[in-house]
Amino acid sequence: MTLTHRAPAEPEQTPEQRTVTLTIDGRSITVPEGTTVWQAARELGIDIPALCHDERYEPVGVCRMCVVDTGGRAFAASCVRPCEPDMEVTTSTPEVEQSRRVLTELLVVDQPEREHDPKQTTTADNELIAVADDYDVIGVDDLFSGPAKGTDHSNPVIAVDHDACILCDRCVRACDDVQGNDVIGRTGKGYGSRIAFDLNDPMGASSCVTCGECVSACPTGALTNKPINNIPIQPKEQLDAVDTVCPYCGVGCALTYYVDRERGGISYAEGRDQPGNQSRLCVKGRYGWDYAASPQRLTTPLIRVDAAYPKGPLSADVKEDSGEDGDGKRGRKPGGLVPYEEVMPHFREATWDEALDLVARRLGEIYAESGSDGIAGFGSAKCSNEEGYLFQKLIRTAFRSNNVDHCTRLCHASSVAALFEGVGSGSVSTTYGDIANADVAIITGSNATANHPVASSFFKQARRDGTTIIYIDPRAGTVADHADIFCQLKPGTDVALYNGIMHEIIRLDLVDHDFVADRTANYEQLAKTVEAYPPELAAQITGVDAETIRRIARIWGEAGAGVIYWGMGISQHTTGTDNARCLIAMCSITGNVGRPGTGLHPLRGQNNVQGASDAGLIPMFYPNYQSASDSAARQRFERAWGVQLNPNNGLTVTEVMASVLDGGVRGMYMLGENPFLSDPNINKVRKALAKLDFLVVQDIFLTETAEFADVILPASSYLEKDGTYTNTDRRVQRGRTVFDPPGQARVDWQIVQDIAQRLGLGWDYRSPREVFEEMVELMPDYANLTYDNLGSTGKLYPNPDPEHEDGTVVLFDDRFNTSDGLAHLVPAEWLPGKELPDEEYPYVLNTGRLLEHWHTGSMTRRSYALDSIAPRAEAYVHPGDAAELGLTDGGRARVVSRRGEIELHVKVSHREARGNVFIPFHFREAAANLLTIDEIDPTGKIPEFKFCAVRIVPVADRESAPAGGSTA
Amino acid sequence: MTEAHEQARSAAREPSVDPATDPSAGEVFDADIHAKAREVIARYPQSRSALLPLLHLVQSVQGYVSREGITFCARHLDLSEAEVSGVVTFYTMYKRRPCGQHLVSVCTNTLCAALGGDAVYRRLCEHLGEEGRPLGHEETAGTPGEQGSITIEHAECLAACDLAPVLQVNYEYFDNQSPDSAVELVDALRNGDKPAPTRGAPLTDFRSAELQLAGFFPDDSEQSRSDVDAPTAAEETVRGARLAQDRGWTAPAMPDDVALPEVEQK
Ligand code: SF4
Ligand code: SF4
Ligand code: FES
Ligand code: FES
Repeated sequence: MTLTHRAPAEPEQTPEQRTVTLTIDGRSITVPEGTTVWQAARELGIDIPALCHDERYEPVGVCRMCVVDTGGRAFAASCVRPCEPDMEVTTSTPEVEQSRRVLTELLVVDQPEREHDPKQTTTADNELIAVADDYDVIGVDDLFSGPAKGTDHSNPVIAVDHDACILCDRCVRACDDVQGNDVIGRTGKGYGSRIAFDLNDPMGASSCVTCGECVSACPTGALTNKPINNIPIQPKEQLDAVDTVCPYCGVGCALTYYVDRERGGISYAEGRDQPGNQSRLCVKGRYGWDYAASPQRLTTPLIRVDAAYPKGPLSADVKEDSGEDGDGKRGRKPGGLVPYEEVMPHFREATWDEALDLVARRLGEIYAESGSDGIAGFGSAKCSNEEGYLFQKLIRTAFRSNNVDHCTRLCHASSVAALFEGVGSGSVSTTYGDIANADVAIITGSNATANHPVASSFFKQARRDGTTIIYIDPRAGTVADHADIFCQLKPGTDVALYNGIMHEIIRLDLVDHDFVADRTANYEQLAKTVEAYPPELAAQITGVDAETIRRIARIWGEAGAGVIYWGMGISQHTTGTDNARCLIAMCSITGNVGRPGTGLHPLRGQNNVQGASDAGLIPMFYPNYQSASDSAARQRFERAWGVQLNPNNGLTVTEVMASVLDGGVRGMYMLGENPFLSDPNINKVRKALAKLDFLVVQDIFLTETAEFADVILPASSYLEKDGTYTNTDRRVQRGRTVFDPPGQARVDWQIVQDIAQRLGLGWDYRSPREVFEEMVELMPDYANLTYDNLGSTGKLYPNPDPEHEDGTVVLFDDRFNTSDGLAHLVPAEWLPGKELPDEEYPYVLNTGRLLEHWHTGSMTRRSYALDSIAPRAEAYVHPGDAAELGLTDGGRARVVSRRGEIELHVKVSHREARGNVFIPFHFREAAANLLTIDEIDPTGKIPEFKFCAVRIVPVADRESAPAGGSTA
Repeated sequence: MTEAHEQARSAAREPSVDPATDPSAGEVFDADIHAKAREVIARYPQSRSALLPLLHLVQSVQGYVSREGITFCARHLDLSEAEVSGVVTFYTMYKRRPCGQHLVSVCTNTLCAALGGDAVYRRLCEHLGEEGRPLGHEETAGTPGEQGSITIEHAECLAACDLAPVLQVNYEYFDNQSPDSAVELVDALRNGDKPAPTRGAPLTDFRSAELQLAGFFPDDSEQSRSDVDAPTAAEETVRGARLAQDRGWTAPAMPDDVALPEVEQK
């Protein structure tokens, strides 16, 4: 027996759908059964005032502002009252109006005066005040009002005024039902009732994740945004609205910035209704945009002064962190980013012409001397599609080199490798929102609530609506709190677990034989391999009990529609490709691909990882994954670009570093990439960077990498340019310019074009739009897309009709992208991590991100909100381990691996398993990647960030290091 | 839904992080309490229905609902802490500060107040407080939890108006009180005595009463029988019924299908 497949989110209007006919204010209307009176009235253009109701939330009917006369004994709350046949509704009678007026008086009596109301004095759209004005309710003096209920300013960006709260429950629904954060409730009773965070804690001390959804829900001044960077919060009419996309993660939330042109800053951001994020945002999108206004932005081209040669690290931090001189610890700064005062004196300001001439000359010379192998370029997944496309075109055509890569190497390269081999396409087969149609979803190796917060809100919502969630992860992240089954496996044992599950699926004969026969290849080999992994054996390896493995097998095998979402816990292993192969096999043998609610979705990290890969920032692929070693593809691009191209695959990020040390690559162009913190084994990166003959860094801030640069080019931030970005769902969206770049900083695509022109390429693009048009010509997946038809919410690719359709949600409905159209199942044997814990290094180190921070923190640590919420580096340790090691919460510890050591604060956390320690890698002063190992996956070439052996020692609190990250 | 599927759904009710080993739930609740919690939950088709008895269970351990207690319930029931906290702060029977060995609730609602309940309450507050500083609502004389410690509260109608003024100790009735009798009663409690209530079960202490409210009765069946069987109605309360019985009075039968009276059109 299989589960019946639930209807898709928007069921088609079937002719037999039951309807109701009623009369509202004398006009007859027929609506689908279940429609509320409020909705029906609205369809007739009749506005009924509402306070507790908003179409984004389930109606609760608590305020009674929307009452209407239905002829019953009492007035009915129209927002919750379903239409009934032959109902006669009057929305406005003297009695109804009187009822609303009295209600308004009662509500207004203990509100803050409007001159002091936190909303009326900022955005000026307090809905209660608007109703009061409609009913001429000004001051109400003769009514009792109780004692003040207080304010709460503990959150850095959200202000709470309990006196302005009318207990409409909108924020509770926003927090619980929309974002699934379950923070807000009510406390007390009667007049003393208030909204409460967790256990009536201060908001800033509660489990609130500052997503701001409650602020956007609140009709009054109870929850309001605080100004950031002294840009006051103002009414929308006074601000300039710019529709764009969040610059942070792969979820790619559509948002609108409200810009104060006079002060040159953003006042606040709001989510926009796009099919993916549906107006939701997380803390980074809603509050993390002020980095672009940082006084530390680079504004002039810089050239390294002669005295700063031979090249090496410039800041004391980077020098002494290396452990090469002295004990490598003294003199370090307790936090913060690159110290400008130490680094800047080693550079002098230059004109653009001088800097660009130098770049073109030096790279040209190295190319002349060492040929294609001497040059490499790293783009960034933060760049737009157009920038990525131009950058790889530059490296490939000016230097005939395929040594062009970006940070996908560090996140999903192994997933992409496995997907290519298995299904012939690296992109997701369905969207994150499609989870709503799944009976079962496996979320694995992904701390989605932190790294893909808005996608995770849809996961949580799906579970409330009946999707079974199986969470498989070595850490008990917040997702575990929302899972039906949480399976805490030992790190690095994924293959064994999935083989065990598949063993059981086959034993129970829950295989979809038709699908296997018609649409897959190599099933027998797979079956033979997993035969050797009975659940008991898998249990021994993974530490998950056999019963749970059997249960997962049964649930997955019986699901009518199952989907898998995974993150870097799958890909960042030396067995990353094998891990992903197992997931592909899990879906394929049960027929869970190609239908709504089924499929494979590697959750992309950066806002434009998908796009940067699509655009060809990959050493073995031209744009749209056309193989660089395939002669047909090569000829196509040679024709388009008018030059001969290099037939050999290029080097990946990790391989380039090794090549530099061997004297291969000598000149590099870094576009917005900071491999210093994001690459494994920093010491090796440091040596490689110092050895380069020429390094040009194009970035918005001084990064650690820039300390090794010969030339630094001041680039534009996300907010200062136009371009398209492709999110994890394959949604291509337009980012729009909010500000001009500061000082002499320039837009990235123009810088790349200037270098190209100096290198003799006759480029003459006049706008990103032109670049996009050229790309689309060469990229079949992007066919039909234009700047104009992307519209305000973007479009999914592939898209046969972008004028009318949002695009294709589910791929592979009748064939896979492989040459034979079949899914290729690749069996994998379990292999242990490369560096197992031993007596000397008994703990397993896992690295990752925090909700509030992004990669090397160069943006997020310059954001007021994000930096104040998560200011310091912490190592997360299980309470049992902490007790054994003598570590205390908030105390300090030294974490040592065979490659380096760092010192940081300890966070005792029940989310870790025993024997594991988790360290986020955002913090330069305690850079986790000093510890990680640079072993790589043989296929995806991805480093093993998620597994290496470390030792942890408590450190006596030296001069009690300050907690905050100074950004000076 | 298949069986496995259903299991998975109901497994959802199993907290994903085992509360028994979850340090954020503190060491306050031992394995026995966790077992009891599961027993309470098993009584209901929907786990969240178990919240009220579970909160009593928590009070039976700590004498109040602490933060750990809220976390304990939230984890066991897959509710948010805010939801649990909302319930705790709504009902007066859940105490947010540690209670004494005994909880004395003095009715100060209309009838009791008129017949002297306010005076009883005032006297007790003064008597249990210090010189010039009477106790207030939900304040405790002595160290909470220790022998002879007493928490006092004023209560809304205790549903014994015919015996007003009344008070309760750990929810057992002491009827027809006066300021003097009340003082005598609390003095006895402070001395470690447990005077018999006017009716109902014998006195224990607040935490034991809370355990019973959670639905757990002493193992000794004799004792629990007497708890349950003890007379709870007072003579005053049943006097009317008895009179009717003696005289053979009955109320007219309630017809099932009476039309609702016409209401004036608005
Ligand atoms: S900011 Fe987000 S998490 Fe925090 S209380 Fe509001 S809705 Fe909940
Ligand atoms: S979920 Fe990602 S894209 Fe959306 S607001 Fe947060 S960081 Fe930005
Ligand atoms: S808007 Fe309908 S009850 Fe509040
Ligand atoms: S008024 Fe005290 S018992 Fe009813």
